[in-house]
Amino acid sequence: MARKVSNTRKTVVTLAAWSIGFLIFFPILWIIILGFKSEGDAIKTPLQVLFSDWTLQSYHDVQARSNYARHFWNSVILSVGSTMIALAIAIPAAWSMAFVPGKRTKDLLMWMLSTKMMPAVGVLVPMYLLFRDFGLLDSRIGLVGVLTLINLPIVVWMLYTYFKEIPGEILEAARMDGASLRSEILYVLTPMAVPGIASTMLLNIILAWNEAFWTLQLTTSQAAPLTQFIASYSSPEGLFYAKLSAASTMAIAPILILGWFSQKQLVRGLTFGAVK
Amino acid sequence: MATAHSRTAARLMLSPAVLLLLLWMIVPLGMTLYFSFLRYNLLMPGMETFVGFDNYYYFVNQPAFWSALSNTLVLVLGVLCITVIGGILLALLLDQPFWGQGIVRVLVIAPFFVMPTVSALVWKNMFMNPVNGMFAHAAKALGLQPFDFLSHAPLASIILIVAWQWLPFATLILLTALQSLDREQQEAAEMDGAGWFQRFIYLTVPHLTRSITVVILIQTIFLLSVFAEILVTTNGGPGTASTNLTYLVYAQSLLNYDVGGGSAGGIIAVILANIVAIFLMRMIGKNLEA
Repeated sequence: MARKVSNTRKTVVTLAAWSIGFLIFFPILWIIILGFKSEGDAIKTPLQVLFSDWTLQSYHDVQARSNYARHFWNSVILSVGSTMIALAIAIPAAWSMAFVPGKRTKDLLMWMLSTKMMPAVGVLVPMYLLFRDFGLLDSRIGLVGVLTLINLPIVVWMLYTYFKEIPGEILEAARMDGASLRSEILYVLTPMAVPGIASTMLLNIILAWNEAFWTLQLTTSQAAPLTQFIASYSSPEGLFYAKLSAASTMAIAPILILGWFSQKQLVRGLTFGAVK
Repeated sequence: MATAHSRTAARLMLSPAVLLLLLWMIVPLGMTLYFSFLRYNLLMPGMETFVGFDNYYYFVNQPAFWSALSNTLVLVLGVLCITVIGGILLALLLDQPFWGQGIVRVLVIAPFFVMPTVSALVWKNMFMNPVNGMFAHAAKALGLQPFDFLSHAPLASIILIVAWQWLPFATLILLTALQSLDREQQEAAEMDGAGWFQRFIYLTVPHLTRSITVVILIQTIFLLSVFAEILVTTNGGPGTASTNLTYLVYAQSLLNYDVGGGSAGGIIAVILANIVAIFLMRMIGKNLEA
């Protein structure tokens, strides 16, 4: 039964919630606006900025000057590539832990989680030297490997919590009907697991896209994704507000959109299933 | 019951993930540990000598270490205070019925999806810049002197930026927890004459405690490793005023080429993170039993 709420109260809550929501979102809104202004207008006072002319100039400039497309594709390749590899490794692992649990399954899960607790800086030096010695610095392939490994525990965990929700009786029924392991996976499990796999994929792409430790340490230009490209604006170039804003807007737009689709999965994925 | 056949298959399916993580865990960490006992400078290759605990001694005894350690703690605690208290209040507000719930939710969550380098640069240039930033414009409009946030209050400014990124996370998780609150229980309590405050203290708070703990622990893990925000805003400065442990290790090993000292710092960071991790693992482990 829905509780009755007075309209006055609802109005007050609406006003408060919208103001706070606007305030929190404001920095993002502001760079979206600044991206469509000229450099000269972008540094004026906020009111002058709002009423100045709109232009696409900064977007043209960013694309023309800085190989924006290459960094964008690096981000796509790194995030999607590492996610796909992680899924290929994690799906079988999570499947077997969820449906053929052994005595050690719980310990194994906890151990996998513990690898995620290791701070990246603890292995910065050896990773940097290994990358240098194997010629992997500033290469996409090396970074895909690292991103796969750092997110693998989260992927296994998320998939595990989703697979756990598939009732085991269905599998037993399929087995009784004589289904082989292969057909069991192909025709019974897969259709039920697709939503969970899709959410895991989405969240992992977001995490990999925004990863800003290894991408900053191990790339410089050729393999640099958008995190590194934006960081390059931190020097004097950052004073070109309109260009920085245009570049930033393009860098965060795809993920903002993906993120809005995956709010619920975010909770489950980042709390390792502890909050659903 | 699983058959022996499917058990073998299951083990085979599990092994790639386990092997990879095992390698990832053992090889680099083992190397860090090994380097931490060497005098090893990248500018003097081939001169490595075993020095025992010297690296640890020098790393801990540099003045920068203690300020980095306290900066790390201040950063973690500061962000936690803002995000947990703000998150609880915001979640309680968003849990009320109002018009446009879906849209406001999206607005509030958005900062979490902004990559760290973007949010740091946007705050640094568009808001905190003492000449053209929005805060400076506001100060001038009010007839005040603009404040140079990043040089006079670097750590507080970084706390603000990082808190902006993590407030959505805390809010989202606490909101999810609130929405799983038993409505019937609430209504029963209301019928029995429990006021809003009593219901909040005796029903809502106990229900939220677990989620708050999860938020604190997970955020701590991530906040101990804040790096990009410091790199693009202050470079750890002025001096070491905004250097945290992660940044100090980076500076020592990749800017000063002191592999041995940096490795010792890395091991110290791992130990620090593990203290938190143990508590977090217990919480999650308990949940696994249920």
